[in-house]
Amino acid sequence: MTALRRLAPLILGVIFLLGWEGTVRLLAIPAFVLPPPSAVVVALLADPQTLGLSLWFTLTVTLQAFALAVAGGVALAILFTRSPLLASALYPYAVILQVTPVMAIAPIVLVWVGYERVDLAQLILAWIVAFFPILGNTTLGLRSADAGLRDLFRLYGASKWQVLWRLELPSALPYLLAGMKISGGLALIGTVVAEFVAGSGTGQGLAWRIVDASNRLNTPRMFAALSLLSLLGIAIFALLSLIQRLALRRWHDSEAGRP
Amino acid sequence: MGQGAAPFLELQGVTKRYPNGTLALSDISLAVAEGEFVAIVGASGCGKSTILRHVAGLIAPSAGRIRWSAPPAAGGIGMVFQEPTLMPWARIQDNVRLPLDLAKVPRAEADARVSALLAQVGLADFAQAYPRELSGGMKMRASIARALVTRPRLLLMDEPFAALDEITRQKLNDDLLALWRDQRFTAMFVTHSVYEGVYLAGRAIVMAPRPGRIHADLALDLPYPRDEALRTDARYATACRQVSHALAEAMRAEGAAA
Ligand SMILES: Nc1ncnc2c1ncn2[C@@H]1O[C@H](COP(=O)(O)OP(=O)(O)OP(=O)(O)O)[C@@H](O)[C@H]1O
Ligand SMILES: [Mg+2]
Repeated sequence: MTALRRLAPLILGVIFLLGWEGTVRLLAIPAFVLPPPSAVVVALLADPQTLGLSLWFTLTVTLQAFALAVAGGVALAILFTRSPLLASALYPYAVILQVTPVMAIAPIVLVWVGYERVDLAQLILAWIVAFFPILGNTTLGLRSADAGLRDLFRLYGASKWQVLWRLELPSALPYLLAGMKISGGLALIGTVVAEFVAGSGTGQGLAWRIVDASNRLNTPRMFAALSLLSLLGIAIFALLSLIQRLALRRWHDSEAGRP
Repeated sequence: MGQGAAPFLELQGVTKRYPNGTLALSDISLAVAEGEFVAIVGASGCGKSTILRHVAGLIAPSAGRIRWSAPPAAGGIGMVFQEPTLMPWARIQDNVRLPLDLAKVPRAEADARVSALLAQVGLADFAQAYPRELSGGMKMRASIARALVTRPRLLLMDEPFAALDEITRQKLNDDLLALWRDQRFTAMFVTHSVYEGVYLAGRAIVMAPRPGRIHADLALDLPYPRDEALRTDARYATACRQVSHALAEAMRAEGAAA
């Protein structure tokens, strides 16, 4: 039963791909409208080097932005919980940054950094969208430390640093990890958006490959780049889920006792 | 009672009004001698926890004061809360070692004390376990071990066994008395069970509610060491009746006041 449940999405995927292939062939749909999966694979294998490099490029920019978002989000969350004044002063602006659609900020950022530095624009935009879930979740986590444990730390005269390090940060960990799972996907979106908005110029990532192939009406190649983007997103999500699992397995109710 | 010298701990006219206006304690005066085992009994909401939190220094009185024969150093007071209050992310040994870590006691010395205490409370085999892997009674044992790991002069306990079944509770009562005899700390034990209070303590403070006051202060002249035999002893029954009576009186006093 559990084996079947694990295989179920895979089986569904295979059925879907076969159905897609069959339909395209049967109805003789032209490849520039909807290429069959086989044509996508061919396009992927036709130019593995360019696509591979683009994948690598998108991956590194996404991971850099993600790492900076985690570092910045956690650091600012710690500052927020130390200083209510700072928190109330800065929080509205963090929210404004978060609710303004990243698509709309992208052209401005591009103008600032210059179209020859699309990679920097990608980093900035990915950071902006990935940052907020980390900040919000970590702030909530730091504040949710058990009141009884806080009393205990006070009873033993713990320093602020000890309270942060031994009580608040561990309490925040499940929240931080949940935030990271959201942020990882958002960072990828930010990276892609910047390249789309740049349209041309010095883009080297997978999004640029999609734009480029679209300009040439090379639909199979668009699909090839798109599938690599999806795979990248899935890999990021899977990796963060694994980290979450390993970090919380022994002690947190969300993970402990799961098969 | 301490003879002549200042009592180990003394509450002088302690009154507490919480910020929301609740008058939790009204003019509490209470002296505790070194090595005494005091039970505090009273209905829910009469301020028992509030007294312990004052003694622990977690909150300050609105009026009155708390005096010590010698002010306690960090780690001089151990506290067992109603909940086990363990860090879920830390193994039992790390939970018990926390007070020593906070005081920066060298690791080797701390580990030695922790394993000795875990053995004493019967958790030696669970040093590596996480709190969620323990039963309620075992978690409470860990919590007691943690409270004792700094060798405190005063142990505060706030209904520590209220959530446990009768058998486990009696076992833990006996274990607690053994630890008390062994380590000679002063104990203040809050409970809503008259039977538990009388079994453990040499003195029972009976509280009246709204606002929290001391209604009676009764000496329990039952000999130590105490064990199961005491539960069927006629003197135990008499003492329980006496405390129950005072408790009922305290409640009636409230009814009259209301
Ligand atoms: N932090 C607080 N803020 C406001 N009121 C409080 C606070 N803590 C306790 N109180 C009030 O003070 C009174 C005494 O509370 P306390 O917790 O000391 O009672 P208790 O005797 O320990 O009760 P229980 O047996 O239910 O634990 C109650 O009326 C309660 O509502
Ligand atoms: Mg209480």
